[in-house]
Amino acid sequence: MTADILLQVLVSGLLIGLIYALVAVGLTLIYGVMDIVNFAHGEFLMLGMYASFWAFTLFHVDPVIALPITAVLLFGVGIVVYQTVIRRVLKAPMLSQIFATFGLMILLRGLAQFFWKPDHRLIPDSLVSGNIALGPVQFGLPQVIAALGAVGVTGALWFFLHRTRLGTALEATAIDREAATLMGIDGQKMFALAWGIGAACAGLAGGLIATFFPIFPEVGSNFILIAFVVVVLGGFGSVTGAFLAGIIVGLIEVLGGFLIGPEYKTAIVLSLLLIVLLVRPKGLMGKA
Amino acid sequence: MRFMVGKAKGQRSATRRQVITRFVATAALMATTALTGVMFGSSGARAEDEIRIGVIYPLTGAAASTGVELKAAAELAAAMVNKEIAAPDGLTVAAGLPGLKGAKIKLIFGDHQGNPQVGATEAERLITSEKVVALTGAYFSNVTATASQVAERYGVPFLNAESSSASLTQRNFKWFFRTTPHDDLFVTNFFTFLEDMEKKTGKELRTLGLFNENTLWGNETTKLQVRLSDERKFKIAEKIIYPAKTTQMTSEVQRLKAANPAVIMQSSYLGDAILSMKTYKELGFSPSMLLANDAGFNDSEFLKTLGKDGEYIISREVWALDQAERNPLIKKVNDLMRERSGVNFNGNSARSFTGIAVLADALNRAGSTKPEDIRKALQETNIPGSGLIMPWKGIKFDASGQNELGQGIIVQVQGGQYVTVWPTEVATKPIVFPMPAWDKR
Repeated sequence: MTADILLQVLVSGLLIGLIYALVAVGLTLIYGVMDIVNFAHGEFLMLGMYASFWAFTLFHVDPVIALPITAVLLFGVGIVVYQTVIRRVLKAPMLSQIFATFGLMILLRGLAQFFWKPDHRLIPDSLVSGNIALGPVQFGLPQVIAALGAVGVTGALWFFLHRTRLGTALEATAIDREAATLMGIDGQKMFALAWGIGAACAGLAGGLIATFFPIFPEVGSNFILIAFVVVVLGGFGSVTGAFLAGIIVGLIEVLGGFLIGPEYKTAIVLSLLLIVLLVRPKGLMGKA
Repeated sequence: MRFMVGKAKGQRSATRRQVITRFVATAALMATTALTGVMFGSSGARAEDEIRIGVIYPLTGAAASTGVELKAAAELAAAMVNKEIAAPDGLTVAAGLPGLKGAKIKLIFGDHQGNPQVGATEAERLITSEKVVALTGAYFSNVTATASQVAERYGVPFLNAESSSASLTQRNFKWFFRTTPHDDLFVTNFFTFLEDMEKKTGKELRTLGLFNENTLWGNETTKLQVRLSDERKFKIAEKIIYPAKTTQMTSEVQRLKAANPAVIMQSSYLGDAILSMKTYKELGFSPSMLLANDAGFNDSEFLKTLGKDGEYIISREVWALDQAERNPLIKKVNDLMRERSGVNFNGNSARSFTGIAVLADALNRAGSTKPEDIRKALQETNIPGSGLIMPWKGIKFDASGQNELGQGIIVQVQGGQYVTVWPTEVATKPIVFPMPAWDKR
């Protein structure tokens, strides 16, 4: 009996961990390219969830099928945010940058509540609802699809960064902006691209989560704290690190919660954050 | 003072005629005010006065959807007191405020965002800058605790209508009153209900899984459940206090599943109530009974969001729409609520409505807006159950400020409705037991 339950717990931890990873890669990408912490990242996730919700409610498009639309939409949101807000605080002190993204977070939450009401919504019968049982282990189909989606998106992002010209240019900007500019790479364009991709990742995560998680204006706050832990553990700016760290955090949270007691699960995750900061501040794969 | 002097200097350029005109105008205004005072008597409130009541709810933040409903209910009650909407005869609010010469009440809302500190600040703002004569709110027990502390310090009556944490009326406060029954009573009801069910079905329901959220409310409920289980010889198979703001509840549900209790007793707000139901289904966990502690499980959004996956849960209630058969006033008031805000009453909003009604009743009898007079009137409250939209015997406060005449009911979701299943004398439908497994629905 115990072995079955342990297996189930591990599977659940892995599934949620992959989703944490997807939320965190966008965050870490933006930080890696331009050293700005985006506090409104959870709100991008929220917008992604609402995009799926409205696509489903108004046009009967399933969240899974709407994913490309969600991604494009959020890519646009990222670009707009960069052009209207972030570009203006690029050279400002760090505190101004923090306040800019923090203010954006509050603005987006407020707008969501104003336009879409504070209600909790759910997408009732998504294509991927239901369960699959594999021996003693139960999988929620939405969670499985979301986790697979997270792997796919993170993989695609990795491929883009390391195997395409544009992605390499983005990496180059992240490593040394001035040198990259001297090589003829347009820094502004790269920054905008980072915001677009970062927001699109959060949007995709939102679209995938929307099949099983309640949708409400504050939903980003449930995920963002964990996303920060993942980013720190993975190493600021490292996509691969964030991916691994997401899985680790998911496993630790679910397993720790199960073994030690669910009341401590947030404490366990945040202790991990403290330990990483004390012992290895650059994280698993971060640049020193 | 410097500023004033500067301003006076600036006005020196005004001509003598302008100065005289201003003087005359001011004198006329003062005379009118004095006259009005004489006409209506200076001891009572003047007819054109509005009596300001501070109302603190979570209008933004995670519980905003509940807060907005509470606000709508409070506004409906105020509109009835002010005779902007005709209240059905027999209802307490129908009386209006003859004791204050038909003055109108005005609700001034504060938003506590689910945060106790914000709640205290809002209470302070409402008292000091909005000059409210009484406060009501705040739904969350932990916010009610801090906000009512501020009211106690300033000597302003605080009427709480919808927080059920037992400790709130155990603080020896002088200015605090609560209309709703508290958790002790509700939780005691659960155990009595389980004993009844055992007798009726012959099935054993002695192993419990306690599953409560980690704010003041969940913690106190847990303590009480543990005490009552001991007293009444129930066995606790698992006890979980979980963080309310969470992304997954797998660890929690796995532990419950491993302990396999006959009955789950759960206290959750809306977001986590929905998430837990999703997780039960995902992991195929179906206890024979899920006894929910109101709140998230009784929110209008709960069934709207979960649909048929919310079926068969059992919850305690202070109110149910099917009670209309017993009291036709409930149906009438509910129709008015639906007309105005598009939703039916639920246990939370019906209690908020009742809170404003009780305050208006006290104000009316006090015939004054002095805090001390209002407090005295509240102490002397004696409203019969027939004047309320609650299934209570009435409202009468004991020395601690707790309403002695409140009582709870137990409801079950059947066919998308909350129907009363206990106590038997007010039940409208038989209970569905055990709760069908997820794959057999």
